[in-house]
Amino acid sequence: MEIMRNFPCISIILCMCSAIVSSALPGKWARRLNVTIVLAVITLSGGTLVYSLAKGYETVYKMGRFPAPWGNEIRFGVLEAIMALFFSGILLLSVLGGSKKLKEDIDNFKENLYFVLLDLLLSSLLALIYTNDLFTAYVFVEICTIAACGLIMASERGRAIEAATRYMIYAQIGSGLLLFGLCILYDITGHLLMSNIKTQVIILASSGQYHIPLVISIVFIGTGLAIKSALFPFHAWLPDSYGYSPVPSAAILSSLVSKGYIFLLLKIFYRVFGLNIIQESHLFNILLIFGLAGMIFGSVSAILEQDIRRMIAFSSVAQIGYIYMGFGMGIRSGMVAAVFHIISHAASKSLLFISSAGLTDASGKNKTFKDLTGAAYRNKIAGAAFTTGALSMVGVPLFSGFISKLLFAKAAFETNAMTMVATLVCLAISTILNAVYFLKTVARIYTPATTEYETIRFKDNIPFGVACILFIILNLILGLASDPLVEFINRGLMMFS
Amino acid sequence: MSRIKSEEEFRKTGAYRFLRWYRGTKDPYIDEVEMQEGEIPEQKLTNEEIERDKKLAKEQAYEYQGKWYKAYNKLYFLVSIVFCITLAIVMLFMTGRLPKIGTPDRPSNNEVAQVYIENGIEDTGAVNIVAGMILNYRAFDTFGETCVLFIATTCVMMLLMKKEEDIRSGKIANDRIYEPKNDQILQKVAFVLVPVIFIFGIYVILNGHISPGGGFSGGALIGAGMILYVSAFGFDKMQKFFNEETYKVVKVAALCTYCAVITYYIYMGANDLDNHIPLGTPGMIFSAGIILWLNIFVGIEVACTMYAFYALFRRNGL
Repeated sequence: MEIMRNFPCISIILCMCSAIVSSALPGKWARRLNVTIVLAVITLSGGTLVYSLAKGYETVYKMGRFPAPWGNEIRFGVLEAIMALFFSGILLLSVLGGSKKLKEDIDNFKENLYFVLLDLLLSSLLALIYTNDLFTAYVFVEICTIAACGLIMASERGRAIEAATRYMIYAQIGSGLLLFGLCILYDITGHLLMSNIKTQVIILASSGQYHIPLVISIVFIGTGLAIKSALFPFHAWLPDSYGYSPVPSAAILSSLVSKGYIFLLLKIFYRVFGLNIIQESHLFNILLIFGLAGMIFGSVSAILEQDIRRMIAFSSVAQIGYIYMGFGMGIRSGMVAAVFHIISHAASKSLLFISSAGLTDASGKNKTFKDLTGAAYRNKIAGAAFTTGALSMVGVPLFSGFISKLLFAKAAFETNAMTMVATLVCLAISTILNAVYFLKTVARIYTPATTEYETIRFKDNIPFGVACILFIILNLILGLASDPLVEFINRGLMMFS
Repeated sequence: MSRIKSEEEFRKTGAYRFLRWYRGTKDPYIDEVEMQEGEIPEQKLTNEEIERDKKLAKEQAYEYQGKWYKAYNKLYFLVSIVFCITLAIVMLFMTGRLPKIGTPDRPSNNEVAQVYIENGIEDTGAVNIVAGMILNYRAFDTFGETCVLFIATTCVMMLLMKKEEDIRSGKIANDRIYEPKNDQILQKVAFVLVPVIFIFGIYVILNGHISPGGGFSGGALIGAGMILYVSAFGFDKMQKFFNEETYKVVKVAALCTYCAVITYYIYMGANDLDNHIPLGTPGMIFSAGIILWLNIFVGIEVACTMYAFYALFRRNGL
């Protein structure tokens, strides 16, 4: 049993090691190694979850001979384990579903490099989830950013390159602001370890010393991570990056990379500053306003969009708005809803991206709605998968999206009147807008049409079909049996603070 | 051309001679230098090809033009200036309120730094406290940093790498053929300097735990040496001892061993087991436990990264 406390550390290092080995392997073997490693990480994360549930409080694990603050440290509880489990699971399904498309999109001799990036991306996400040290977090934020750039431009074609450049500029600004924030924080507290910073921050906040640098560091860290996770006014990089990159990259970027930063921000709220100090700095109100704006404007842009991939991408802007709205409420139940939405959105958005690739394949690789007419008849499994994802995003009961909207609405009643009204109104408007563009697409793909495009059967692309079915099951499980997960998230957040 | 003097008068002045020397059109010893230009083949495109290219570009990239775009550009310019100035003012305002540099009661003068300084040599065996800090106390962070270099090379490879056969057969547009080759001065200088640079780099890496330096700086030196060598003698000579295969073997071997050492160290440390790596006498070359070895691996990775960047940008291959 005690050996299980090594699991998080082993899973991080395993990913890094496999990345190093993959760089010398041929593409096929790199892919197999990647699948094996991700399966191993899923098992290890499951073990961590069991261990944390049995233990009941957070485990501190020193990375090396010396305890923190001198050495490095990771710290994990229920929430971290759940996140690692879901992230690795969704990564596996996305790669499975997009593996055939990936072969078309990238050069044969560069396939192994793609898997090097994927392995390192997973290791950095795991490290962001588990770490208890701000500097370690920054190092892995860098790895995550570079890996994401590589994943976007993997197809090396026109707009993908442009999108990667744009993403890189935005992400660098985000990293820069984050680094500024961390520097200021280190200067006024003298620590990099989250728990020690919190002790110092509480002393500083009660004495009122260094008040301005403290507020500015909160603003910089918040803005930096918001840019990297595409909160509404900073979302300009998002539609192109998700719209023109290879399919598995789009699925992984939308469901994991931006969520990794959001989870880091959540960690910083709880572990570094504490909710009270963030509340006093009014950051929550700002996040709430931008989150609400993102919910509306993201959906409006999605309605205006003619390209199915870009439409799904704009829908991400709206969904990230939901998550920040949950943060912005500044209460426990809002955070629970936000964390649940991170998971449910990850499950349905990657499903949407993967299935949209199946639909476009059945329409002669055209991404416009005109060509997609009747695509669900030509590729049945993709049609079913897309419908599931769309219903989940709209928030129809039985699917995961419904539960997160329910949780958001419930949380809204615990806040003050002003916030409650704003949140509920925006939630309603956004749901209607979601329904407009998703159901429009579903209706379009189920409209019978006579075209010359070929029909794609299940046996033509078995991994894709399997991934779609597993994704549908995951969405249904999240929708039908969400109680244990919500309970775990609650317990995890309790352990957090 | 001078504005005050006429052309002929201007030619007699020292400024003009300096200008010619500066531009490289005249050498004081050999007199006139003729710049040789290689023949660059002119590409003639038919109208159809031009149309096709335009269409392709339209599909693959955005085209911004028109009245609104110009107005937007101007607005963007103004807003970004205002934003930058505001940000600068806020940051300056804040800097004045940070703890004063050099005062003893700064928050960062706490028990963390104190322990590094007081127990550093005893704990890590490294006389260079910085090396002890980055490669022993916080070894995991440094492994992460090394992976940043690794992933940066991977990304550049993904973008620029071409197949070795294609580069050799001249399928890929290549402007290196117009470069001057076999520059005598460069080759003679490189002949003398490169071994010295290599040896100095190795010295910096191996003494990383004793004196200032270490894997990152030593690796950068070796990488610079390799770049100098390859600029003087060309890629063909370089490939006799360092081609893609050697690059892969060296890099993967170094990083894998690094990973193994780190895993062993972290696992033993975290479970409070004895890690059997002797620390040795501080100040000796074989001391400081894992630090010496980690410095070597970091050095190899940094040198490989530096060279790979240069080679990939210049030749689309190693």
